[in-house]
Amino acid sequence: MMTEFFRKLRQASIPVTLTEFLTLLEALNQRVTTHSIEEFYYLARATLVKDERHYDRFDQVFGSHFQGLETRFGEVVGATVPLEWLRKLAELTLSEDDKALIEALGGWEKLMETFAQRLAEQEGRHQGGNKWVGTAGTSPFGAYGYNPEGIRIGQDTSRHRRAVKVWDRREFRNLDDTVELGTRNIKVALRRLRRFAREGAAQELDLDDTIRSTARNAGYLELKMVPERHNAVKVLLFLDVGGSMDDHVRACEELFSAARGEFKHLEYFYFHNMIYEGLWKDNRRRYTEKIETLTVLRTFGADYKLILVGDATMSPYEITYPGGSVEHFNPEAGDVWLNRLLDIYSRAIWLNPQPQNRWSYVPSIQMVRELMGDRMYPLTLEGLEQGIRTLQRAR
Amino acid sequence: MSQTRFRGTDRYVATDDLMMAVNAAVTLGRPLLVKGEPGTGKTQLAEEVALALNRPFIQWHIKSTTKAQQGLYEYDAVSRLRDSQLGDARVHDIGNYIIKGKLWEAFTHELQPVLLIDEIDKADIEFPNDLLLELDRMEFHVYETQQLVKARHRPVIIITSNNEKELPDAFLRRCFFHYIRFPDPETMERIVRVHYPDLKKRLLSEALEAFFEIRDVPGLKKRPSTSELLDWIKLLVAEDIPPEALRGDAHKLIPPLHGALLKNEQDVHLFERLLFMSRRKKD
Repeated sequence: MMTEFFRKLRQASIPVTLTEFLTLLEALNQRVTTHSIEEFYYLARATLVKDERHYDRFDQVFGSHFQGLETRFGEVVGATVPLEWLRKLAELTLSEDDKALIEALGGWEKLMETFAQRLAEQEGRHQGGNKWVGTAGTSPFGAYGYNPEGIRIGQDTSRHRRAVKVWDRREFRNLDDTVELGTRNIKVALRRLRRFAREGAAQELDLDDTIRSTARNAGYLELKMVPERHNAVKVLLFLDVGGSMDDHVRACEELFSAARGEFKHLEYFYFHNMIYEGLWKDNRRRYTEKIETLTVLRTFGADYKLILVGDATMSPYEITYPGGSVEHFNPEAGDVWLNRLLDIYSRAIWLNPQPQNRWSYVPSIQMVRELMGDRMYPLTLEGLEQGIRTLQRAR
Repeated sequence: MSQTRFRGTDRYVATDDLMMAVNAAVTLGRPLLVKGEPGTGKTQLAEEVALALNRPFIQWHIKSTTKAQQGLYEYDAVSRLRDSQLGDARVHDIGNYIIKGKLWEAFTHELQPVLLIDEIDKADIEFPNDLLLELDRMEFHVYETQQLVKARHRPVIIITSNNEKELPDAFLRRCFFHYIRFPDPETMERIVRVHYPDLKKRLLSEALEAFFEIRDVPGLKKRPSTSELLDWIKLLVAEDIPPEALRGDAHKLIPPLHGALLKNEQDVHLFERLLFMSRRKKD
């Protein structure tokens, strides 16, 4: 039975290894648990699962294996009941009397059978009422309702604290998201950009130099100190805001906050669609407090690394023609400005929040990409890592 | 080896699954890796395990500059060099310049100690890999003195992580793992009771309600956790805030002393804005 369980866990792509499985058997041998299944569940989880993201999947496998429950479900439902049906919309409050009034339907077997039947009959989401599968009703199937012998589907906690096994509660559901861009991940990726340099007060012992100087000093000790290492990388971040960028606000926010935490020398400016003669630092005062792009270029030297973030989705005129901007009359075209930027900052990349497979359908993305010399990367963790590598390489 | 089971202490409320993970790690002598939101008592767990099982407690706090070798031992070449210049007799015994690390200390302790390796994810990515053999076999070799340090008793090792870096698989395979979930309202009530046994029932329930309400505000940058709740209640008690202040108008008023719960000015703004909006809706 145990090897079968192990096999199923691997099938559910939880990375369990033989060592861990043997550890579990050893723990059982040493009588870490008494004979309760709940304790066994906790033990198995602590031994076999090493990441909270896999808790939910583990709960499902455990439930199916040790209850023979999900196999019955599986045949009928296929995978799972669509969560959308069961989304928390309303709650039903029943008095104790009401609860007593609701009588149980047949036995467990019968309940399962009827459930399968109902699912087959039912189409769409359902709420309230007393027959269909859904939320807040008194049908035995669904969540947030009450029926003494009910089957609960997709409910986060046990509302009435009845007849629920821990693993069936699946409390770890929201931890099991296949990782997207989180600030943490971005920070780790950005960390690669670090370049350490020694400046400031000499506080660290330089062992190599000490040995060399001592030897030169006829064996008399001569201590040499060097300044501590600091992250000396300088980053210039240009962010596209407004318009089509609204869909990507979250990803950009995350990138921005991660970058701000990671670099001491970070300068950021906003632009709209394309770089022209003016940039701004505060979106609320973008019309009154414009900074001339030329000033920015003069202020920050060529040792800055340039990261442009934008979806580059616009009309081609905005790139190639003077006066093409959607917002104002620009005396010089966007590509002139972008080239001017690239002339100064040889280490530059463009991060694009648009999915990469859509790039080829948007002419303006193609144009910007060409201008950037192909240094455009999608705003995903992978793209960011590639981009950072480019930033380090290019000289 | 005394084989008592860990059941939480009178200062620390442990859930069933946590107890099981600790007991399994203690029985099999393997490290226990604990993860969870900041402020859910990961570090405290080790102290409490030591206290409950009556074992000595050794803490090794990891920083971004910590090397695995520092946990074993360090060879102080510089002071030996200096002593040789001064003609100190100590210089002939290299053992005088070996500084024991926390792991060495734990391995050679008379009683089986509890060793806390705190915030392992702060260290370099290779750090856990460098400790694999040491944690597995509980022994290591001192190169300078050709000496083998072997654990007298396998120490109970508790490792905490804040998830800043992924830990290598080989390392994970050797540990038990537990994720401290954020406590549900009932457990939370027990936790607060443990810390403030004399707290008035009403103040407690009002405070808990306000606390979980704040936690539920969508989009908070840093959601308050257990340790923040405890701090807040301490303040409430110290300032003698009546339960009424937290009560009823909770939807209209920002709770008193909210600085203990919300640690970020953006969060405070967000919270205020939401309150403002809900107030306008009601009027």
